Amino acid sequence: MHRLRFFLALLLAASPALAQDDPPFPDYPDFEPGISVRADQKLYSLALLDLLEVAPAASGVPARFEGLYRFGNDYTRIWLKSEGEGVFAEREGEAEFQALYSRLISAFFEIQAGLRLDTEVGAGDIRARPHLVVGLEGLAPYWFELEPALFLSAAGKVSARFTGSYDLLLTQRLVLQPRLEVNAALQGVEDRGIGRGLNDAEIGLRIRYEITREVAPYVGVNWLSRFGETADLARSGGVPRTEARFIVGVRLWR
Amino acid sequence: MDRRTFIRSSAALGLLAGMQSLAPAWARSTPTNPIRSPALEPTRRAGRLVEYDLTIDRTPLTFGGKTGRAVTINGTVPGPLLRFTEGDEAIIRVHNRLHEDTSIHWHGILLPNAMDGVPGVNFPGIKARSTFEYRFPIQQYGTYWYHSHSAFQEQLGHYGPLVIDPAGGDPYTYDREYVVVLSDWTFEDPHDVLDNLKNRPNYYNFQRQTLFGLLRGEDMRLQDRLAWSRMRMDPTDISDITGATYTYLMNGQAPDPGWFGRFQPGERVHLRFINASAGTFYDVRIPGLPLTVVQASGQHIEPVVVDEFRIGIAETYDVIVEPKDQAYTVFAESMDRSGYARGTLAPRPGMTAPVPSRRKRPLLTMMDMGMAHGGSGMDHAMMKQGEVPVHHGSRNHGAMEKRARDASSDTTAAMHGHSMHDPHAGHGMTGMADMPGAAPTRLRPPGTLPEPVPHGSDGHGPANAMAPDVTRSRLHEPGVGLEDVPHRVLVYTDLRALHPEPRRAPDREIELHLTGNMERYMWSINGKTYAEDPLIPMTLGERLRLTMVNDTMMNHPMHLHGMWMELENGHGERIPRVHTVIVKPAERLSVLIEVDALGPWAFHCHVLYHMELGMFRVAMVQPPGASIPDRFVSR
Repeated sequence: MHRLRFFLALLLAASPALAQDDPPFPDYPDFEPGISVRADQKLYSLALLDLLEVAPAASGVPARFEGLYRFGNDYTRIWLKSEGEGVFAEREGEAEFQALYSRLISAFFEIQAGLRLDTEVGAGDIRARPHLVVGLEGLAPYWFELEPALFLSAAGKVSARFTGSYDLLLTQRLVLQPRLEVNAALQGVEDRGIGRGLNDAEIGLRIRYEITREVAPYVGVNWLSRFGETADLARSGGVPRTEARFIVGVRLWR
Repeated sequence: MDRRTFIRSSAALGLLAGMQSLAPAWARSTPTNPIRSPALEPTRRAGRLVEYDLTIDRTPLTFGGKTGRAVTINGTVPGPLLRFTEGDEAIIRVHNRLHEDTSIHWHGILLPNAMDGVPGVNFPGIKARSTFEYRFPIQQYGTYWYHSHSAFQEQLGHYGPLVIDPAGGDPYTYDREYVVVLSDWTFEDPHDVLDNLKNRPNYYNFQRQTLFGLLRGEDMRLQDRLAWSRMRMDPTDISDITGATYTYLMNGQAPDPGWFGRFQPGERVHLRFINASAGTFYDVRIPGLPLTVVQASGQHIEPVVVDEFRIGIAETYDVIVEPKDQAYTVFAESMDRSGYARGTLAPRPGMTAPVPSRRKRPLLTMMDMGMAHGGSGMDHAMMKQGEVPVHHGSRNHGAMEKRARDASSDTTAAMHGHSMHDPHAGHGMTGMADMPGAAPTRLRPPGTLPEPVPHGSDGHGPANAMAPDVTRSRLHEPGVGLEDVPHRVLVYTDLRALHPEPRRAPDREIELHLTGNMERYMWSINGKTYAEDPLIPMTLGERLRLTMVNDTMMNHPMHLHGMWMELENGHGERIPRVHTVIVKPAERLSVLIEVDALGPWAFHCHVLYHMELGMFRVAMVQPPGASIPDRFVSR
């Protein structure tokens, strides 16, 4: 990890002034303008498990996680994102990984591009599908956290996802978080249960208690509604059009 | 009259006579022999040569029952008091026993460039386990301090007071003196503090506005909260780092019980306040005692009596108090009200005085956001994003103008100043066109306040979250949280130099914007960090007006090394000299600089974390005709 970070540090923070040997002001040989051991050339990292939860009352006890690791400087970051869900009882699940290069384009938004890999585990095998990703991530007016993204699969199919959330402080430590995720596809991917058009919308409402900033257990509810062809495909597979779950989890970061 | 009555009366008379011989205090006190704060004994004193030895080390220190490892000077936090007399020659050997580099910067002291103590600017730093000898003449008087300029050592305890007695004595008398060093301490590694702020800028803020607060009718109304959240600005963001991690210290003592200073009733006590914090502005008061402020930034001012003053990071204020036969609490509340440093002044040990309760955390206002009409409540104009209400008089709410013009190219944009409303603001507010003897440069006369100016079209890029619509002088305001207190609070327009001097008109003006993006915890000047744009070129012999414009919502204590800044607060020949000045949110403030010291001089925000993140420049003073290498000429 240290070597990786060192390498990236070189890539990200390569400063043109580093190459200078002669002091720019010979009368002041110790003066190296812009060079310091200051923090403005440092890398910062964050690991966040935003969701780590189970739905104890649902059949098979479905579980889910969503997290990220990001590191970089003020303008450029590498994001590693992952999310997945599975059903404990049936030993099956799916997970998604994204590796994104991200660049700050305005005070509140960064643009991200990279790769996404979907994997499915179940029925004794693992399948993986690669995608290209381009998206935005940032903070909209009124403090809404937004993350819209477009995906192009290796099979040439285009899909989109919009994620938005909001932290409403009830008290200094009790935070209500509404969360919205909408998926849509330009073309259907039948074997994955994805139809054309609007696929599904998920609305979550979680209430967390920040014991510390880093550790916050939560409870919540989550509604998922499938639409159009996606709903039809689900029904034919014995999955209901809508699902509602009570969830228990913990949000962690470092 | 019987005998007993007679004895009692004469005793009373005798006492009265004694008291009369004691009063007035200034008349009887012996100014050459006051009881002083204990200073470090010089290693050697030979004529005017005064030598000190300081050792920098790691030392376990206990604050409030917890033990941490501080970076100490001669084993203590704060370090020892160094004392000189104006005209001395200082030799100070610094022995570094750390496993890392260190340095000492002599804050506010005018000295040869190589002695200023900023690694990478003035010298290479003091390597681990080595010694560096500072040597410089003492050419000034006053209360100052010294501190590390390396990494985060200042946060960890590497600071101390420095007092220089005037060659001719002080223009006021006192019987007893105390140095009061205010600072902040955290048991966290400062690097972790910075990481936390980078990941979550409100990490340490546990005084945000909440829904339950709204239901209880606290803080802002819903409409105002929405207006602020629309701008993605948090009006509770008063201090980045708060009592959630800080222990606030007075002379190295945590508040319970705090520092203790003893006096004899009737004495005039001189308190030399120094804010050596890394991230805390303090509001200082001593309930029951008026404070006569006699020095600011170590320089004599016309005495001004107040009940409270705000001391920005790295500022110093000297006050004189005349306590009666009782105990007093010296109360230094952090600007965001999340905690306080405390001390007790009392005639006898063991005495205490009531500790005031902390006041409510203040909220930033529309003035802090730079709306044309700030103050209470929400300006209607703010609802129209991107439009600038222009202030053509005192009651214009309707006029809107696109934020299109460049401030510097439009003199008509200079409006009749808000500061005119302030009786302290003095004169010199009239336009300079018809000013006799105005400089041929068409710059305002020296000492005058800047006029309000709409912000130019340059928003300074992603490093700056928001540019205020209008920036204006706020020197007459006490600052956030002190607007409505029911007593006298020091403001910058109260500061008048004790001795008037003719002030030369500026030859040149430069304007620097203090910029930041709280959401990313980025801090910069003109949207660029020190690494991105390191230099402010200056020419030896020039008279420079430096205008600072705070585009952010935070207060920034700006400090120039090596040269005084003459704060243009409207007092003409009596404008005060400062080494550090707080620039309030959305404020436009100017200082005059007599550029008389060659070499690279640091100029930066004294919030340690802001400085470390790049809110830092080097004022490069060169002889006339010298050039700056192309790669350092800012675009």
